[in-house]
Amino acid sequence: MTTQTNPVEKLPAAGGRPSAGRKNAGTSRGRAEGGVLNVFSHGMLVVWALMVGMPLLWVLWSSFKNSGDILTTPWSLPDKLHFENWVNAWDKANIGKMFLNTLIVVGGSVTGTMVLGSMAGYVLARFTFPGNRFIYYLFVAGMSFPVFMLVIPLFFVMRDFPGIPLLATYQGLIAVYIAYSLPFTVFFMTSFFRTLPTSVAEAAMIDGASHARTFFQVMLPMAKPGLISVGIFNFLGQWNQYLLPMVLNQDEDKYVLTQGLANIALQQGYEGDWGGLMAGMMIAMLPVLIVYFIFQRQVQAGLTAGAIK
Amino acid sequence: MRHGKYRFIVGFLALPLLIYAIFVISPFVQAFQISTTEWSGLRGTAKSIGLDNYGKLLHSDEFWNALKHNVIMLVLVPIATLALGLFFAFMLNVGGRARRGAVITGVRGASFYKFVYFFPQVISITIISVIWFNIYNPDPHDGMLNSLLGALGLDSLQSSWLGERGIALACIMVVMVWANVGFYVVLFSAAMASIPREIYEASLLDGANRLHTFFRITLPLLWDTVQTGWVYMGIIAMDAFALVQIMSVNMGGPDGATDVVPLRLYQTAFRDSQFGYAAAMGVAMLVVTLLFAVLTMRFARRERIEF
Repeated sequence: MTTQTNPVEKLPAAGGRPSAGRKNAGTSRGRAEGGVLNVFSHGMLVVWALMVGMPLLWVLWSSFKNSGDILTTPWSLPDKLHFENWVNAWDKANIGKMFLNTLIVVGGSVTGTMVLGSMAGYVLARFTFPGNRFIYYLFVAGMSFPVFMLVIPLFFVMRDFPGIPLLATYQGLIAVYIAYSLPFTVFFMTSFFRTLPTSVAEAAMIDGASHARTFFQVMLPMAKPGLISVGIFNFLGQWNQYLLPMVLNQDEDKYVLTQGLANIALQQGYEGDWGGLMAGMMIAMLPVLIVYFIFQRQVQAGLTAGAIK
Repeated sequence: MRHGKYRFIVGFLALPLLIYAIFVISPFVQAFQISTTEWSGLRGTAKSIGLDNYGKLLHSDEFWNALKHNVIMLVLVPIATLALGLFFAFMLNVGGRARRGAVITGVRGASFYKFVYFFPQVISITIISVIWFNIYNPDPHDGMLNSLLGALGLDSLQSSWLGERGIALACIMVVMVWANVGFYVVLFSAAMASIPREIYEASLLDGANRLHTFFRITLPLLWDTVQTGWVYMGIIAMDAFALVQIMSVNMGGPDGATDVVPLRLYQTAFRDSQFGYAAAMGVAMLVVTLLFAVLTMRFARRERIEF
């Protein structure tokens, strides 16, 4: 606490401890400097915005150009809108099938993650029982395991799973996505349930509601803001997941968008149906872009909260 | 009542714990065990060979070459990303011209910039890789970057980018920085927003310029966030798998110039079927990552500043 005001106290010294007379001069010099700095820094901001925005816009307009034009005149606008790229991508390049696969897997896994994650988080936040802390830290520890270390054993766990083959199946991928999303989801939901008031739940219990009923009808609705944040976080992460499907889903019929697009790109090098690939990338990005446009704030808050664990 | 409580707890925890134990905890434990075997993946053929895989790893030039690239990324990528992130966040939150009576404002359109900068964070790394593969297309007319340089009359700067041994790794690091700066702009903006305005105003009245304000106030007060960001960015730099796999010439080329440990691990396991050896690489990655996190926490520690 003693350091609290130090930076501020030091500042006049850093500025040369100006006298009353020089203080004004100092400020106006600061302003002028600020003006120059402002032009420079604003320039930097614009340049970076262009550096980030242009490549993405480029994918959009390239998805309407024919392949030849994308390569020979990469910066030109489309001569006319080649919607056939989108149709070709959807049908011939199998993006439609991959989209459906991704939808099934991510739909199942986000739902599963949210249900199981909030159940575990609720119990860990609200009940005292032997092993509570141990189970909590067991989940949280998962956030620090590098996935690369786990993929080899995971591959064999899936291949040799007793009774059911899990490699390259929807159920297998869904289960794995859920498992790898649980650490953060449990961590997040546990701290979220801790912040909710206990009185409402107690009132429900006194009115005769069971634990499960209290959870589903009282606590879950109250936890909606937390569920939305972590739900968006999981949706984006699972929709964009690349490594896990690469290793565990090597059947082309079951390809999800990320691995399918990588496969197309790797095969064609600098030749091939670029128009179709660009349209495919747009199709793969659309759900994510829509979510980002609508939930901009929650997406930014949710993803950055994920970093500060 | 008590009985009901325990039945409820077990009922709610059983399935999440089971799934987690099977697909995360058990692979974690097995990784160490597999790393001490010689195994091609066939059922029942794993042969225990103790620590031989680790010995092989220590003498593998390929592995050290890949690890070297990860370490270069581990050092340079966080520095560039965090520096740009801090700079932009500072401009967006504090760098604006005084207006509407407030001394401290962000520049105009701050929320728009944050919206655009954050974009790469929500799209998949596959798509980012394919986009940059096109930007780096070596052809002087077809390549986006090369044709742009040509149009600006800077033909001498045209290059084969990913095909050039000396700069291929740097080209990949640029993409990592590009993709992650927006995340830190948003993260640091949130942290800066919690610094009381009065501190800035007082310092400006005392004649401090923006540079002073940044180094004397903003950076010290943000240090915790910067430190966390550093570890997080380092973990991303340890990966680089998708970028290298999709963008680089011949996966890790030219001539191994962009090879990274995750790619080596993936190829060793799923192309060469040397699962024990690859698992040892996985354990090595865990060690390097932990070492990096511990060292960062140890050397970046500052007295925590409350405000």
